[in-house]
Amino acid sequence: MARPAKISTTSEYDVPSTPPEEPGFRQFSGFPAWLDERVGVGKIVKFGLRKVFPDHWSFLLGEIALYSFIVLLLTGVFLTIWFKPSMAEVEYTGTYQLMRGLPMSEAFESALRISFDIRGGLLVRQIHHWAAILFVAALTAHMLRVFFTGAFRKPRELNWLIGVGLMALSLIAGFSGYSLPDDLLSGTGLRFVDGLIRSIPLIGTWAEFFVFGGEFPGSILISRLYMVHILLIPGILLALIAAHMTLLVYHKHTQFPGPGRTDKNVVGYPLFPVYMAKAGGFFFIVFGVLILMGALMTINPVWVFGPYNPAQVTAGSQPDWYMGWVEGAVRIMPGWESHWGGTTWSWNVFVPSVLLMGLLFTVLGLYPFIERWITRDNSEHHLLDRPRDVPTRTALGVAGMTCYAMFWIAGGNDILATHFKVSLNAVTYFMRVAVFVAPIIAFIVTKRICLGLQRKDRERLLHGGESGVIDRSLIGGYSEAHTPISQDEAWTITQQRQFEPAAEVETVDADGQPIKWPKLRARLSRWYFSSDVAKPSRAALEAAHHHDGPAEPTDIESGTKADILDDQLETDAHR
Amino acid sequence: MSSTRNNDLTPARSEQSDDDEAWDQYPVENPGIEPHVERYTDVNKAAGDRAYRKVITMFALVPILAILFVVVYFAVPKDAAISLLGTDFKAQTLLFGLTGGLAVLLIGVAAVTWARDIMGDHEISEERHPAGTDPADRKDALAMVNAGVSESNVGRRKLLLGGLGGALGIVAVPAIVLFADMGPWPVKAVRRETIERTIWAEGVRLVNDVTYRPLKASDLEIGQLVNAEPENLKDLHSHEQLVEKAKSAIVIVRMDPHTIKIPDSRKDWQVGGILAYSKICTHVGCPISLWEQQTHHLLCPCHQSTFDLGNSGVVVFGPAARSLPQLPITTDSEGYLIARSGFTVPVAPSYFERDSRNDYKDGDR
Amino acid sequence: MRFLTTRRRHRAAKPLLLAFALLVMGAFYVAVSPAPQVSADAGTSGQVAAGKNLFAVTCSSCHGLNGEGTKQGPSLVGVGAAAVDFQMSTGRMPMAHPGAQAPRRVNTYTAEEIAALSAYVATLGPGPSIPNSSAYDYSKLTDEDLARGGELFRTNCSACHNASGIGGALPEGKYAPSLHGVEPLHIYEAMRTGPQQMPVFSAGAIPDHDVASIIGYLKNLEKQPSAGFSLGSIGPVSEGLFGWIIGIGGLSLFAVWIASRGARAR
Repeated sequence: MARPAKISTTSEYDVPSTPPEEPGFRQFSGFPAWLDERVGVGKIVKFGLRKVFPDHWSFLLGEIALYSFIVLLLTGVFLTIWFKPSMAEVEYTGTYQLMRGLPMSEAFESALRISFDIRGGLLVRQIHHWAAILFVAALTAHMLRVFFTGAFRKPRELNWLIGVGLMALSLIAGFSGYSLPDDLLSGTGLRFVDGLIRSIPLIGTWAEFFVFGGEFPGSILISRLYMVHILLIPGILLALIAAHMTLLVYHKHTQFPGPGRTDKNVVGYPLFPVYMAKAGGFFFIVFGVLILMGALMTINPVWVFGPYNPAQVTAGSQPDWYMGWVEGAVRIMPGWESHWGGTTWSWNVFVPSVLLMGLLFTVLGLYPFIERWITRDNSEHHLLDRPRDVPTRTALGVAGMTCYAMFWIAGGNDILATHFKVSLNAVTYFMRVAVFVAPIIAFIVTKRICLGLQRKDRERLLHGGESGVIDRSLIGGYSEAHTPISQDEAWTITQQRQFEPAAEVETVDADGQPIKWPKLRARLSRWYFSSDVAKPSRAALEAAHHHDGPAEPTDIESGTKADILDDQLETDAHR
Repeated sequence: MSSTRNNDLTPARSEQSDDDEAWDQYPVENPGIEPHVERYTDVNKAAGDRAYRKVITMFALVPILAILFVVVYFAVPKDAAISLLGTDFKAQTLLFGLTGGLAVLLIGVAAVTWARDIMGDHEISEERHPAGTDPADRKDALAMVNAGVSESNVGRRKLLLGGLGGALGIVAVPAIVLFADMGPWPVKAVRRETIERTIWAEGVRLVNDVTYRPLKASDLEIGQLVNAEPENLKDLHSHEQLVEKAKSAIVIVRMDPHTIKIPDSRKDWQVGGILAYSKICTHVGCPISLWEQQTHHLLCPCHQSTFDLGNSGVVVFGPAARSLPQLPITTDSEGYLIARSGFTVPVAPSYFERDSRNDYKDGDR
Repeated sequence: MRFLTTRRRHRAAKPLLLAFALLVMGAFYVAVSPAPQVSADAGTSGQVAAGKNLFAVTCSSCHGLNGEGTKQGPSLVGVGAAAVDFQMSTGRMPMAHPGAQAPRRVNTYTAEEIAALSAYVATLGPGPSIPNSSAYDYSKLTDEDLARGGELFRTNCSACHNASGIGGALPEGKYAPSLHGVEPLHIYEAMRTGPQQMPVFSAGAIPDHDVASIIGYLKNLEKQPSAGFSLGSIGPVSEGLFGWIIGIGGLSLFAVWIASRGARAR
């Protein structure tokens, strides 16, 4: 079978080898030449136009986030044309019959105007809100993909940190937008934030007065949030996204293990024309889906909630989904408060909101460094891990997701109670336990599944896959014939870097660098790696294939014997 | 520390040579990139033509949808509705979205189809380079930095760097001080006039929220809940009214006096089982009015803190820590409900400087 | 007559006939059935007697032989005819089985039976009577009245019933029911009598005109064209869920398609 060179060079594609009858540029002249002589566009084209991107659906999750952000900018500009970020009181005289004559803030009045009087305004408002929901969701999904495939490892730790920053900022962007229309949900959310800021020990009251310009709700908050929402946060987001993308281009995209894929190359399609068409097309698909969502699914019907009034509230007052876990934590927190002297320490609000959010982002930001401290792995990684190959990390990730999900579910405990006809109090008591227990169960289950899959891979490598053919031996025993797996597959499933659990407490690593907290590190290393299933060595593989070559079917019984043999051979084979 | 091996792409152990390591790390030979298999659309002309027609059709539909969008903009009245699958849709929103959304979606689907079925599909491989700089360039870079450092003379004139750092640091102080006017400073005197005070005072009538209808004790039946405000709230306007409403809103309930606990100290805070409580939750400040008339429990819809209004507003469930402040009330000569005084403790959520020793605790007399 | 005979097979004949029959039935009913107000307040002695008999069979096991209440059910002394009419017409009473709360069900009792029971319970003690329809008539309200009805609704009702009126959770498995499609009469009765956990909203605090405004607001809100499928009208929880399922789910399917290889020749 003819195969292309293992690492084909890009040169044959760089040279414009267009035959004369094909369309294309004959020579560098005219406007391109003019531009090139001024900004060197030729160099940029040569550097970037044929950059290779690998194909995998999960690599497009980040693109969804990027494109929803662009949609947010486009629809946001449209909305600013009519929105008035003012808390001044006006009387409503617009077309919505059920609000006529009510006093309301200019912000809410203009939100109603956009929804009822501006043609297409309601659609754009709904697209904007759906895009915000999708933006944070896609960011989260993308971050999980990066986590579970180990794409945050060297050299991409900085890009991971930028990503964590983007995540935190997107929450602020989302929340400030949620608050702008000044409807009952907005106001209720702000009331919550007011309570949350107040609860900060020592400086809480000062922070509250500074943010709200005095007492809640004051008269200036909406215009301040408007600045945050349309200038400050998007500005920083744009800068961080630019840095994120620049680093992506510099590092080149990671790829999953596969035939011919190594840490030294990237295999896929060129940016121009294939990825331009695919990625550009995907932008239009994301935009199109968002428009259809805006057309077909109601989101935040502000006219139902009415203008904000501090004496009103609605059942089902929830934040958007990305703040739901904080809401849940606040809901299930027991009512702990300390009254020391003339002071009040509101643990019941401060711990589940400010502290918990801080904890999540700290843990997220530190994780790549913690893992590297344990592995002492100083090499660059461009091949992604398959989640099963790093059982402890995968299990940690699933445990974290489970914990988050439990908080999130707790944030909708009232909706759960009404929709599943259970007691609200029972749901709350259950969730108080579940946030601690469910992650532990998830960790154990995930790790077992990963180890099982690792064993299956080892089995396939050594003894091949099940052929589905049952043989009956002369003495009447049954066994299934195994067929060896392809070299492509064998290569693909042996690509992970394996780490040995620290046998003893090491104080310096392989590079002679001192290790901080060596005892803890050694213990963590054992916890991390000791149950991993080792992939077979080259010698073991050869021995196994010799033992049960493709011609003679493998006996199920002898599989275990071969395993023992492997182990002996593995020890012997080491030079 | 910088060692060149840090930039090696192959993982390496110091005691082994690279070859051994690679031998161990990859027990299987690299089979190379899969051989290219031609697409169906490349070998079958009919299939290729079909893909081409598909893309062209999708592009051709876009202008039609765009024109429809414009027609809808000018032809469909704003208040028109379309009934579809049991929902009454606003016609404009729905039609704008369907025409515009489909048009945009079609552009995307067409472009991707073009890329998948018509554009060249040879996978190519690009070499990677270590992210770090190679040793020679590192050396050059280091030399350049050192040249700059030496030219700046910070080695000999050591105060320069300290001076610059100090100046930059201190210049941040005015910048931060500039924000001191973001809000009034909540010093004790300010707190006493703002978050620790409401417009409730002796003799202020309790009136129905929204309608400002004064309430007579005789108007209330057992099991009744009234969302009320102080009468003098009417005199305030715009945001001043909102600020006061956020503190002064109350709920008035009437319960059978024999079924509730009234501590001795609060015997004269009520009128025949009519009690008034702050409507603002002591947790994070949502207005609470989910009152169960049979259990006397008041539930906050935001975080489900539950207060027992039949027991001086103590917390019976949820994340709130302090009982709901009770407003002492009585009746005036005409029989209208009035406040005996303002609230005896600050209402609304906790804050650091709050003296929470005087709040009612379960069992207080 | 010939005019009718020739057209009896016309396409519109059947629907017209049906409409005509309904009209006649309706007119007949209006003519012969007594107005509920009258029946409740001045229930004839025969009606009261019939109600007492029915009460003994249907209600007394929980509410006691004379409506004095038992461990299973509260006293009905002074609840008034309106409470009985509300509870029975909405199928909440008699309760099928004991539980945290009696759910709304299809009413299986006739108007006469309910009227008789109401009349009987009204004799146990003074309480709210079944209102005349003019008390909650919202057809003549101005826009300002409706908007104020909305303010009253959001101040007094939405904490439990949700701003869109679809209901919400209460402690210990209880809930505030949805108000969609509820008869104006029943909303009125519920406010005045405070069924189950719902507080009473008496005329002293919220006069009839304000009740009518609230009902008018609710009925008009139901009629508003929607900005898309309502997703249950429960707010951000369902929005987040649909954002993930349709947004991330749907776009992931597109992503799988984009990253997949098309059909190969071999």
